[in-house]
Amino acid sequence: MKEKIMHGVFALAALTSIFAVVLICVFLFASGVPAMQEVGFLKFLGGTGWKPTASNPEFGIFPMIIGSIYVTAGAIIIGVPIGVLTAVFMAFYCPKKIYRPLKSATELLAGIPSVVYGFFGLVVIVPFLRDLFRDYGCKGQSILAASILLGLMILPTIIGVSESALRAVPQSYYEGATALGATHEEAIFRTVLPAAKSGVLAGVILGIGRAIGETMAVIMVVGNQPRVPGSIFDGVRTLTGNIVMDMAYAEGLHREVLIATGVVLFVFILIINISFSILKRRDPNAG
Amino acid sequence: MQAEIKSNRKRPLSVILKILVIAAACVTFAALIFLIVYILINGIPYLKPSLFALEYNSENVSMFPAIINTLQMTVLALIIAVPLGVFTAVYLVEYAKKGSKLVEVIRMTAETLSGIPSIVYGLFGMLFFVQRLHMGLSLISGALTVAIMILPLVIRTTEEALISVPQMYREASFGLGAGRLRTVFRAVLPSAVPGILAGVILAIGRIVGETAALIYTAGTVAEIAVGKDFLLDSTRTLAVHMYILSSEGFHTGEAYATGVVLLIMVFAINALSNIAAKKIGVNK
Repeated sequence: MKEKIMHGVFALAALTSIFAVVLICVFLFASGVPAMQEVGFLKFLGGTGWKPTASNPEFGIFPMIIGSIYVTAGAIIIGVPIGVLTAVFMAFYCPKKIYRPLKSATELLAGIPSVVYGFFGLVVIVPFLRDLFRDYGCKGQSILAASILLGLMILPTIIGVSESALRAVPQSYYEGATALGATHEEAIFRTVLPAAKSGVLAGVILGIGRAIGETMAVIMVVGNQPRVPGSIFDGVRTLTGNIVMDMAYAEGLHREVLIATGVVLFVFILIINISFSILKRRDPNAG
Repeated sequence: MQAEIKSNRKRPLSVILKILVIAAACVTFAALIFLIVYILINGIPYLKPSLFALEYNSENVSMFPAIINTLQMTVLALIIAVPLGVFTAVYLVEYAKKGSKLVEVIRMTAETLSGIPSIVYGLFGMLFFVQRLHMGLSLISGALTVAIMILPLVIRTTEEALISVPQMYREASFGLGAGRLRTVFRAVLPSAVPGILAGVILAIGRIVGETAALIYTAGTVAEIAVGKDFLLDSTRTLAVHMYILSSEGFHTGEAYATGVVLLIMVFAINALSNIAAKKIGVNK
């Protein structure tokens, strides 16, 4: 009897995550989709004007979509090479003695709260860029600042996933390559890294998810101007930023449009998640 | 010996690649060290006793209420998420038939949950707990929201811990006549405790560092939640406190100091998690 009850309890607990996903979808879509319809899908997704409080309000989130894409792309350009190379270092170059401390350091990198990153970006990266690129009209808070900061923030994800993918490649690949006369580097970059390709890619996709969903750190360094940017020295507003910046005072349709912004973000994330799980299926060692 | 063979065959490209690899690692770790040292150097001088005053006011901008609220939020979220997460993992590993459709769906949803950004959790918490369930901006709305957020982490780490418990333990327990339930609670779970603990500690880290999911669910009131309705009080955790200080811009020094406290918490959490993880190795 007790067995039966507890079996039920365990099964019920297991259903909570399904329940949670369904609830999240229902509540977001039920509040967001009608707002999209009211504004008009094309006007909402393709409109470049964001004037939520004007007498003739405009709710175009195109600048924010572009903002999120630019900032994420920047983070990938900066974070991926450094992250993958660091993973190579951790897997093939790192002296045994310092491996443990360095591994803990990457875990620490993952554990630092995003506000702390954001604050660091605000007091270090932003003034630095402002001074360096003053001639280009850079005010500091810019796509570039957010890209650098996010590039740093996604490092632990990329390093962790890539390293385990690299380690999962059979030793014989490396040995075979060196036996044929390849140097250490050639063996790694010509045979091991290509073999770990889908795992590394999974790490990159996970990093993209982190970058596009990051909120607080980005708000603090990206300027939050809702307009299509002209250069990487301009400030932009991301989808995540749009939600947090406006939610404090939004009412009525404006508020629902913000939830619709969340829906767009959610759909982006779902696409990213699905690509990640497809890749993961191809390389079960990743992630 | 290996090194000798290689050095004879050095080619320019290999040398460049090696330099790049080492340079990348240096950039990664230098950035981390710079960030930590910078915050510590600028923040420690501001750690004055008044920052830890019992009451917050705009004069002393005390972070003490925020620290207490962070603790309350963490404990509450863990009370909700840990049993759910552990039970889910027990079901997946010990009860469910291998390859069942349900298990696949549960895994998929848990994976989906772990990819959802915290701001989306915040929106959901605001729509569901704050508005639909009329909990208002409160400790309990925030705790429920972050509980869902950490659920996948608890499930995954517990699953891994359970899987790594040797099959022998279960067989021995069954052999002695124990039922499945007794086997789970007496033989399997106790030896999986360090692994579960490592996951729970990581989850604590996420709660402590969370901001976006809390601003519109738990609110920003810098007062310790007390009294019989403390669950319905609006609270401000330390990370939210730091965000508010730095976005207001009047208290940069105090924001640094809050950053120091947050960093110290993160150090402690990571160290504890490492200790717990090492325990797993000992058990094996």
